Amino acid sequence: MPANLNLWSILPPLSLSLLAAVLLLMTLTLRRLKPVHSAAISCASLLLGGVLAACHWNDAQSGFAGRVLFDNFAIFISLICVASGIMTIALADNYFSREQESGTTCYALIVFTVAGAMWMVSATDLLTIFLGFEMMTIALYVLVGYFRRRAGSLEAGLKYFILGSFSSAFLLYGIALIYGVSGSTRIELIAEHVQSNTAVSSDAMFVAGALLLLIGLLFRIAIVPFHMWLPDVCQGAPTPVAAFMCSGPAVAAFAVFLRVTQLALVGMQDGLMTLLWILAVMTMVVGNFVAITQSDLRRILTWSFIAHSGYAMVGVVAWTEIGTAAVLFYLLICSLMHIGVYAALMLIAHKGEQNLTLDGVAGMGYRKPALAIVLTLQLLSLMGVPLTAGFIGKFYLFAGAIQAGYLVLAIIALLNCAVSLYCYLRVIVHMYFKPPQQDFDWISMHWPTMVVILISIAAVFALGLIPGPFMALAGMAGI
Amino acid sequence: MADHLLSILVFSPLVGVAAVLLIPGSNDRLLKITALFFTLITFAISLPLAFDDAFAASGALQYREMVEWIGISHFFSINYHVAVDGISLWLIMLTTLLMPLVVLASWNSIDWAHKGFLALLMLLETGLLGAFVAHDLMLFYIFWELTLLPLYFMIGIWGRGQRIQAALKFFLYSAVGSLLLLVAIIALYYHAVQQGVQTNGFDIQAFYQLDLPYAVQFWLFLAFVLSLAIKVPLFPLHTWMPAAQSVAPTAVSAVLLAVLLKLGCYAYVRFALPLCSAVLPIFAPLLIFLCVLAILYGSVVSMVQESSKMVVAYSTLGQLGFILLGVLAMNQQGLSGGMIQMLSHGVSAAALLFTIGFLEDRRDSCQMDRFGGLAAEMPLLALSFLIIICSAIGVPGSSGFVGEFLVLTGAFKGGFYLSAVLAGIGIIFTAASMLRMYQRLMLGPATPTDSALKDLSLREVVIMVPLLVLIFWIGIYPTTFLNKMTPALDENLKRMGRDIDIVALQVDVRSDQEVL
Repeated sequence: MPANLNLWSILPPLSLSLLAAVLLLMTLTLRRLKPVHSAAISCASLLLGGVLAACHWNDAQSGFAGRVLFDNFAIFISLICVASGIMTIALADNYFSREQESGTTCYALIVFTVAGAMWMVSATDLLTIFLGFEMMTIALYVLVGYFRRRAGSLEAGLKYFILGSFSSAFLLYGIALIYGVSGSTRIELIAEHVQSNTAVSSDAMFVAGALLLLIGLLFRIAIVPFHMWLPDVCQGAPTPVAAFMCSGPAVAAFAVFLRVTQLALVGMQDGLMTLLWILAVMTMVVGNFVAITQSDLRRILTWSFIAHSGYAMVGVVAWTEIGTAAVLFYLLICSLMHIGVYAALMLIAHKGEQNLTLDGVAGMGYRKPALAIVLTLQLLSLMGVPLTAGFIGKFYLFAGAIQAGYLVLAIIALLNCAVSLYCYLRVIVHMYFKPPQQDFDWISMHWPTMVVILISIAAVFALGLIPGPFMALAGMAGI
Repeated sequence: MADHLLSILVFSPLVGVAAVLLIPGSNDRLLKITALFFTLITFAISLPLAFDDAFAASGALQYREMVEWIGISHFFSINYHVAVDGISLWLIMLTTLLMPLVVLASWNSIDWAHKGFLALLMLLETGLLGAFVAHDLMLFYIFWELTLLPLYFMIGIWGRGQRIQAALKFFLYSAVGSLLLLVAIIALYYHAVQQGVQTNGFDIQAFYQLDLPYAVQFWLFLAFVLSLAIKVPLFPLHTWMPAAQSVAPTAVSAVLLAVLLKLGCYAYVRFALPLCSAVLPIFAPLLIFLCVLAILYGSVVSMVQESSKMVVAYSTLGQLGFILLGVLAMNQQGLSGGMIQMLSHGVSAAALLFTIGFLEDRRDSCQMDRFGGLAAEMPLLALSFLIIICSAIGVPGSSGFVGEFLVLTGAFKGGFYLSAVLAGIGIIFTAASMLRMYQRLMLGPATPTDSALKDLSLREVVIMVPLLVLIFWIGIYPTTFLNKMTPALDENLKRMGRDIDIVALQVDVRSDQEVL
C-alpha cells in the first residue's frame, strides 16, 4: 500500500457509505424493521458521521496522495449536510406515514446523499469530486422520483435525471479537457500549472474545459440560466425531499463550486469574476421577479431559493477571505431557514400536497396562530429583516462585496432584496389579511416536525442576534 | 441602574410583549391592563431623563452605552451604541407619554384580537425608542426597520375599508425608503473605509469627523433626502400617508402621525444635515420650496375634506412641511423652532386624533356631516377640542405658537423671505381648515336623526388631561423644553457651520450666523 494513504481523511464519508449500504440491505432483508427504526438508525449513522467529521476540526487530514483533504471547510459543510439530513429524516417520518407510503428506503438514500456530499467536499481532485457528485445525485434522483405511482413525482424525477445527467456529462468533458491541458486532475496541480504558464489561461482548450466544468457545477446550484429544473423538481418531489434538496446537497454543491473556482481556476480570476458578476445579477433578478408571479407556495420558495443562490454568488464574486466566510455563513443560514419553511409547509399540506397555494393558506393566521407566526418568522428571515439570521447573512455578504470594491453589485443586491420583500409578503398577507376559508383541522403537530421547526426558529434568532461565534467558525472554515 | 437606563427603557416594552403573549387571548381586560401597566412603566423609566439637568448644561451625549455586537474581523462591525442628548430627549418623552394614552384610547375601539394588537403596539414602542437613542447608524437602521412591521400589520388587520391596499402601499413606500437609507449608510461607510478612517462600527460621531468630498456628499444627501422624504412625508412622496390614515384605527393613526413621522424629521437633524453640510446651500432652496409647497398643499386640501381624520392627515402634511422649513433654515431659531414644533405637533395631532376617536367610538364614523352641534351635548369635549385646535393653528399661549414663531423667525433670518411669507399664508389656511372642522363638528344645528351623545368618560378625560397640560406648558413656558434642547442643537449647528463657513465665501452669507 502506498505510504500516504490516510484513512482518517476518508473515514467520515466512508463510514456513512458503509452504514447506508448496510441500512439498505437491512430494509430489504429484515421484515420486522419498522420505518421508525429505520429512521432512528439513519439518524444515528448520520450523527456518527458528523462526530467523526468534527473530531478533526483544525486538524486537516490529507490523504490518498493529495486527492482528499478533510479540512475545516469540508468539516463545516459536512456538518451542515448531516444536520439537514437528520432534520429531513425527522420530517420524512411523519410525511410518509401521512402519505401511506413506505419510507424505509428513503432514509438509507438520504444517508447515501450525505455520504456523497461528504466525499465531494473533502475531495481535492476533480475526479474524486465527480465521484462524490454522482453518488450524491444518483441517490437524489431516486429520492425525487420516490413516489413511483404518482405522475408528479415521476415527472420530477425523470426531469432531474435527464438534466442532471447532462450536467454530469458537461462536468466530465470539462474535467477531461482540463486534464488534457494541465496533465493532472488534482486541483492544486492544475492551479500550479495555470499559474506557472500564463498562456494556459487563454488557451482555448483550457477555457473550454473550465467553462464546461463551470456549467456542470452551476447547474447543480441553480444559477441562471441553468435553473429551470429546480422549481419543477421541487414541486413534484415529496416535500421532505424538496426540503433536503434546498439545504444539504445544494450547500455541498455550492461549496464544491467555491473550492473549484477559487483553487483550480485561480489563474482565470479576472474573466471569471466578470462572468460570475453577470450571473449573480441575472440570478438575483430572475429569481426575485419570477417569485413574485407564483401562487404555489413551493414554487415561491424555490424561485426565492434561486435568488438566494444569486446572493451567495455575490460573496463568491468578492473572492476575498471575508467573501468566502460570508458565503459559508450564508449557506449555513440558508439551509436551516429553508428546511424550517418546508417543515411548516409540510404541516400545512393536505394528503397529496393539495393545500400549498396562496389561497390555501388564506386566513391561517386566525385558525392556527402558532403555525402562522412560525411561518411568518421564517419568511421574515428569508426577507432579511433585521434581527433575524437572514439580515446578518446578507449584511455579511454585501460587506464582503463592498470590501472587494463591488459597490454597484452590492447596491443591485440590495434593490433585489427590496423586490423579494414583496414576494414573501404576499404569503404573510394571505395568512393574516384574508378571511379564513377553511378550518385547517387536519394540521396535527407531529413532534419530530415541531422539533425541526423549533430548531430552525432558534437558529434564525440565535444567528440573527449573536452571530459572532458562528461567523468566527465560518471564517476558520475558509479555503 | 443609571448606566443602563437607556437599554432598560428600550427593552421594557419587549417585556410587556412577552407578558401579553403569555396571557390567554380570551381575557381581554387583563391584556389591556397589562399593556397599560407596561407602557406606564416605560414612561416612568423615561422620567429621570426629563428631569436631568445635564442636558441643559451641555450638548454632550448622556447615558452612553456601547457594546460591541457584530464584528466581521474588524472590517464591518455594528455596535450597540445608544445615547441621548437634547435632540432626542423630548422625542423619547413624547413616545413614552403617548403609548399609555394610545392603549387607553384603543380600549374600546379595538374589539378583536387584542393580544396581537397590544403586542404589536409595544413592539412598535421598542422600535421607536431604539431608533431615537441609537448612535450607531446600522443600529438606527435596524430599529427603523423594526417600526415598519408592527405598523404594517396594525393597519392591515385592524383597519377599515381598503386596508390591505393601504397597508401594502405603506409597506412598499417605507421599504423603498429604508433601502435607500441603507444604500446611503453603506456608501458612507465605504468612503470612510477608503479614507482609512477608524469608524468604530457605524458610530455617527466618527462619521461626523469625516471629510467627504463634494460629489460624495451630493449623492449621499440625495439618497438621504429621498428616503427621508418618504418617511417624513414630504410632497410629492407623501401619498402613502393619507391612504394609511384613512384606513388605520384611530389609535394607530395617533402613533403614526405623532411619532413615526417625527422619526424622519429627527433623522434629518441627526444624520442628513450634519453629514452633508457642504451641499446644503445647493439643496436647501429646493427643499424649502418643497416644504412651502407641502404647507400650502396640505392646508388647502385639508380645507375641502369631508372626513375629520383626513382633515388632520392633510394638515399634518402642512405641519411637517413647517417643521422641515425650520430645520432647513439652519440657524438657532429655525432649528429649535422645528424641534419644538415636532413636540407640539406630536401632542396636538395625537390629541386631535384621540378626540376624533372618541366621536368615532360613539357614532362609528369620521364623516363630518354625521355630527353637528356637539358643543351643546358634550361641553367638556368641545372645550378640550377648542384648546387643541388653538394649538394646531398656533394661537399665542398654546404650544403651536412657539414653534411657528421660532420657525418663521428662523426662516426670515436665514434669508428665505418669500418662503416665510408663504408659510405664514399657509398658517392662515390651516386656521381656516381647523376652524371649519370645529364648526362642522361642534357648532351649528345637531343632526336630528341620531340620539344624544354622552360627554367624555373618565377614561377619555384621563387621556386628554396630560395632552392639554402639555399644550399649555409648551405654549406658556417653553423654556423648560427649550433649555434642554439648545446646547445639543448648538453643537449640531457647529457641525453644520463648519463647512457652511467655507462655502459662504462664494455664496451669499445666509444661514450660519447663530454658530456659537
